[in-house]
Amino acid sequence: MKCLVFAEIKNGKIKKGSLECLSEGRRLGAEVTAVVAGGANAKDLAGTLGKYGASKVLVASAEWLENWNGEAVTRITKAAADAVSADVIFISATLDGKDLAPRLAAALDSGLAADVTEVTNEDGRLVITRPVYAGKTYLKLKLTGSTQVVSVRPNTFAVEEADGDAAVEDMSLDFGEGDLRAKVTAVEAAASEKPDLTEAERIVSGGRGLKGPEHFKLLEDLADEIGATVGASRAVVDAGWRGHGDQVGQTGKTVSPNLYIAAGISGAIQHLAGMSTSKCIVAINKDAEAPIFKIADYGIVGDLFEVVPRLTEEIKKLKA
Amino acid sequence: MRIIVCIKAVPDTNASLKVGPDNKTINPQGVKFVMSPYDAVACSKAVELKGDGELVAVSTGKKGGEADAGKRIKDALALGADRGVYIPDDADHRDSLGVAKALAAAIKAQDGFDLVLFGRQAVDTQALAVGPMVAQLLDIPFVMDVMDLQIADGKATVKRSAEGRTETLEVPLPAAFSAQRGLAEERYAKLKDILKAKKKKVEDFAFEFPESTVEVVEMTPPPERKAGTVLTNGADDVPELLRLLQEEAKSLSF
Repeated sequence: MKCLVFAEIKNGKIKKGSLECLSEGRRLGAEVTAVVAGGANAKDLAGTLGKYGASKVLVASAEWLENWNGEAVTRITKAAADAVSADVIFISATLDGKDLAPRLAAALDSGLAADVTEVTNEDGRLVITRPVYAGKTYLKLKLTGSTQVVSVRPNTFAVEEADGDAAVEDMSLDFGEGDLRAKVTAVEAAASEKPDLTEAERIVSGGRGLKGPEHFKLLEDLADEIGATVGASRAVVDAGWRGHGDQVGQTGKTVSPNLYIAAGISGAIQHLAGMSTSKCIVAINKDAEAPIFKIADYGIVGDLFEVVPRLTEEIKKLKA
Repeated sequence: MRIIVCIKAVPDTNASLKVGPDNKTINPQGVKFVMSPYDAVACSKAVELKGDGELVAVSTGKKGGEADAGKRIKDALALGADRGVYIPDDADHRDSLGVAKALAAAIKAQDGFDLVLFGRQAVDTQALAVGPMVAQLLDIPFVMDVMDLQIADGKATVKRSAEGRTETLEVPLPAAFSAQRGLAEERYAKLKDILKAKKKKVEDFAFEFPESTVEVVEMTPPPERKAGTVLTNGADDVPELLRLLQEEAKSLSF
């Protein structure tokens, strides 16, 4: 099986989700090629991918590729897929990955399995599992065409390091910056350095129980202690306490962290739908009957205004 | 200016869904279907932008029954779309590429267009696939997760909500965009709009779907989580919670 992995560069590093895809390609027994698009650092980063599973890396490197451009990476990845006759293409379903995957699938006249949480190999045909209806049910499916394009939910596969060197090859492109139609004219960095919710390994999330936007500071303090990103329920986003980008749920972001702490969130179906694949769920709520306790692995029934600061305090002590 | 908005009929997010007896689809009985919420945002924006132009609502899906796509087109007409195009499709599962090909064909059959709007994702399949696929098939530029959209002089200026950043892009028309929440104030149809909508035209567009790129093996309920440990002494239980998270769950280490 020939597997192509799009290795996404962000903030000078290859995304962990892309490394997961490389390792999975290797575990599936495929011949794994990575494709990397970026600026001056692309080649150096490409050189690090051998130990994660790539035997070859195709690199498109140019100053104008430093900023994400969906059209550009689609053309580059398609060229790479054609060059290696890829049977399977893995893309980590980061926000930018979600921009690339469907465009690429259509460009290859191929089906797409998006935001996938499990993959097994049945004689070269992947059997794929993905949540639908925001996780209220799961779908098992196969892609029927000659190229199987799959975007993988971050934090799904394990990253494995092993000895291995990848041969790095420069790609020559049949297009240039002038051919790109949508042009980025400004980029405003987000205030927070924390990982996006959809890739965060830890999330501390708040709901109406916080009683007001100013109290989110309690969650931010806790989040800072454990390196978590702060999320929110729909209710507080609708109330204007937090931005749309913070919303976890069926009409917000679907997250899959190792640890999800929900404070003052009752656990409406739509919220649960957005975080039910979290590996460990902790609920803090003063209502013992809150639905969130039904899916939580651990819970404290109590006043979050006492529990959360105490949690932050105790963690500080453990770290000292 | 002609604007196209693509919409999808989906189960209401409040619905509690069960896998049907065929183990491949949800049981639609008693499930309320609505226009997918992000599509409603796209539609609201399109109505705001259209001015003297025309807004065409396009949808594909089942005819009749709870999941009827035609009803959702009527919702779009009530929000302010001028006419509708409906592509009938009986399939229980339609692959994203198939949907995209149908929509692209129907859009091409309109007498030119300037803008195609989608919701960022349908809240049932959540693949975020159809919008960008349609744009790729129509060979027009596409930007996802648009939170701001201005049109002037044959160009769109958009703000995209991306990872760790907000991008401003300039995009020549015709172009396609997917709406993120916040792109428009959601409109709600008043009774008079709903009545006016009854007079608006909805045309069928026949499309022969290609063979599906997806084969559904089965649909199952979500994996069960075993019952959790609930501590009931409030803040006094914090040390015990931390012990469990470190030793049992191994979710934290210091």
